[in-house]
Amino acid sequence: MIYRENGQFKTSYRADQQIFPILQDRWVIAAFILASFILVPMLASDYMFRAILIPFVIMSLAALGVNILVGYCGQISLGSGAFMAVGAYGAYNIIMRIDGMPLVPAILLGGLCATVFGMIFGLPSLRVKGLYLAVATLAAQFFADWMFLRIKWFTLNTPSGSVAISNLQVFGFPIESAHAKYVFCLAFLVVMALLAKNLVRSAIGREWMAIRDMDVAAAVIGIRPMYAKLTAFAVSSFIVGVSGALWAFVYLGAWEPAAFSVDMSFRLLFMVIIGGMGSIVGSFYGAAFITVLPIFLSQALPAVGAAFGVTISTAGITHAEFMIFGALIVWFLIVEPHGLAKLWSIGKQKLRLWPFPH
Amino acid sequence: MGFFLETLMGGLMTGMLYSLVALGFVLIFKASGVFNFAQGAMVLFAALAMARFAEWLPKWLGFQNPILANVLAFIAAGLVMFAVAWLIEKLVLRHLVNQEGATLLMATLGITYFLDGVGQSIFGNDIYKIDVGMPKDPTIVLESTFQGGVLLSKEDMIAAVIAAALVGLLTLFFQKTSTGRALRAVADDHQAAQSIGIPLNRIWVIVWCVAGVVALVAGIIWGSKLGVQFSLATVALRALPVVILGGLTSVPGAIIGGLIIGVGEKLSEVYIGPMVGGGIEIWFAYMLALLVLLVRPQGLFGEKIIDRV
Repeated sequence: MIYRENGQFKTSYRADQQIFPILQDRWVIAAFILASFILVPMLASDYMFRAILIPFVIMSLAALGVNILVGYCGQISLGSGAFMAVGAYGAYNIIMRIDGMPLVPAILLGGLCATVFGMIFGLPSLRVKGLYLAVATLAAQFFADWMFLRIKWFTLNTPSGSVAISNLQVFGFPIESAHAKYVFCLAFLVVMALLAKNLVRSAIGREWMAIRDMDVAAAVIGIRPMYAKLTAFAVSSFIVGVSGALWAFVYLGAWEPAAFSVDMSFRLLFMVIIGGMGSIVGSFYGAAFITVLPIFLSQALPAVGAAFGVTISTAGITHAEFMIFGALIVWFLIVEPHGLAKLWSIGKQKLRLWPFPH
Repeated sequence: MGFFLETLMGGLMTGMLYSLVALGFVLIFKASGVFNFAQGAMVLFAALAMARFAEWLPKWLGFQNPILANVLAFIAAGLVMFAVAWLIEKLVLRHLVNQEGATLLMATLGITYFLDGVGQSIFGNDIYKIDVGMPKDPTIVLESTFQGGVLLSKEDMIAAVIAAALVGLLTLFFQKTSTGRALRAVADDHQAAQSIGIPLNRIWVIVWCVAGVVALVAGIIWGSKLGVQFSLATVALRALPVVILGGLTSVPGAIIGGLIIGVGEKLSEVYIGPMVGGGIEIWFAYMLALLVLLVRPQGLFGEKIIDRV
């Protein structure tokens, strides 16, 4: 009834090519962004910020980056954690080595480091693909794990190997409170998400999708596989690198290489699968799901156990989390390979036609 | 020279064990076109089952004989692996027939997590011992004196013999039996194999059962060497470069790849490691595999992939 596009006539190509063609969508998105900048900080508690909102925002950004590579360009990557690590350590080195380096450029430069790293490890994608590539990207993961653990130069020769950063500030505003941290990360997310959304609608995004769907056919119609794959690696690892820098600087504060282990890579891939491969908004759903599920389980499982007179240990919760993740991955792949985002768009499609089914 | 030989032999022995895990990967890929990321989880699961059954069965049935306990535990763990294979086919693969390799890969990632969770919640998450009795003590080494004495691990040698025997059997199975031929047909093209009347579901169950048994053997050997614990699942990550180095579709490739990786890993760790800070074995194996892939994208012994539009 309300969600309907009739009466909205497009009289120019510009109007026809908008990101959100339906007026209601535009309003809702604008309202949503405003609310998340203004309303959410007013309502959320400190715990909400630290446990859910900040990780969710940063993970969304990371999932967005992975989605560009895996979902849009079809290059399965199990090394996303490495790109996050390179972003984090790159930004750390830049901000510590250059006097008076402001925070935002440092984070972006960290992203650039990840871009270079990602492109180097993306090179094999020109020769190998699919399953072989998935394993090849693990090389990036283990190399990064080792590099930041063993080469002392990257950690400024700290004896413990863990690094810390404090007194973050932007234009003189300190980013210390949970509120400020949230808004800071959200700003990155909104800008990058809009850029990414536009990028995947552009010529280059369509090249990525052509390569994903069938690379040989894409090459035949004149798409350069090398260019398409390497740009996908570059853009993806830039976004992932930025999110890594944010994860380290804003969320963790002090970290060591284990924070970006292969487990992180798997989690990022799961976010993309559950949220929806090849969908920008799906990255948000996936990140929300993976961030909230463990917290939900740690609250709900002991309660359920108590109802049946069983005590569930923390290890039990971890195992349950493993099982539920695994089962969900398989379930989504079988039932809805396009993830939560597809369910969302089916719902929207039904609303557009409501009350008629066709 | 003695030291070099020792490192070399150590590498060869470890390589043999990698091959054993890699074999599980190759087997499933060769026979069903699924890149089974869950092989590591299956190794862990099988080893956990074996270790726990060997502990539980004497208690339940009331006997003391350790050999009987091990034999019964082996059978029980084997049955559990058959059940796992059957369930995986029933619940996962059956619904993903004719899907792309990438989708199947991600499905096995899901299976990995699920198996890890289930295995640890049923069998517990401490460190367990598997004591099969054959090499008595994992640390016993045999000192034979040639060229200044080379230390060899007896246990590794037995493992190598078992691995070689398994490979021989499997190669025969693939090459000489009609089931083996059916397996290869399925790997080539699900649809075509189905259309000539090969029962896809049964083939998948068979393959995963065999892979389960290979996982069990690998799990027992690794488990009696290192103890059964969660880190055993990471052995699969060490075996992955072996698979891509040797080629996904080649059983001999898995063996030779394993030996190359095992030796390369040890030699690089000993001779290059100290120069760059040590701990390079794991990424060295991957880099080696990557370099080979750049030259031969299908691995050393893999079949050449030809794409058609």
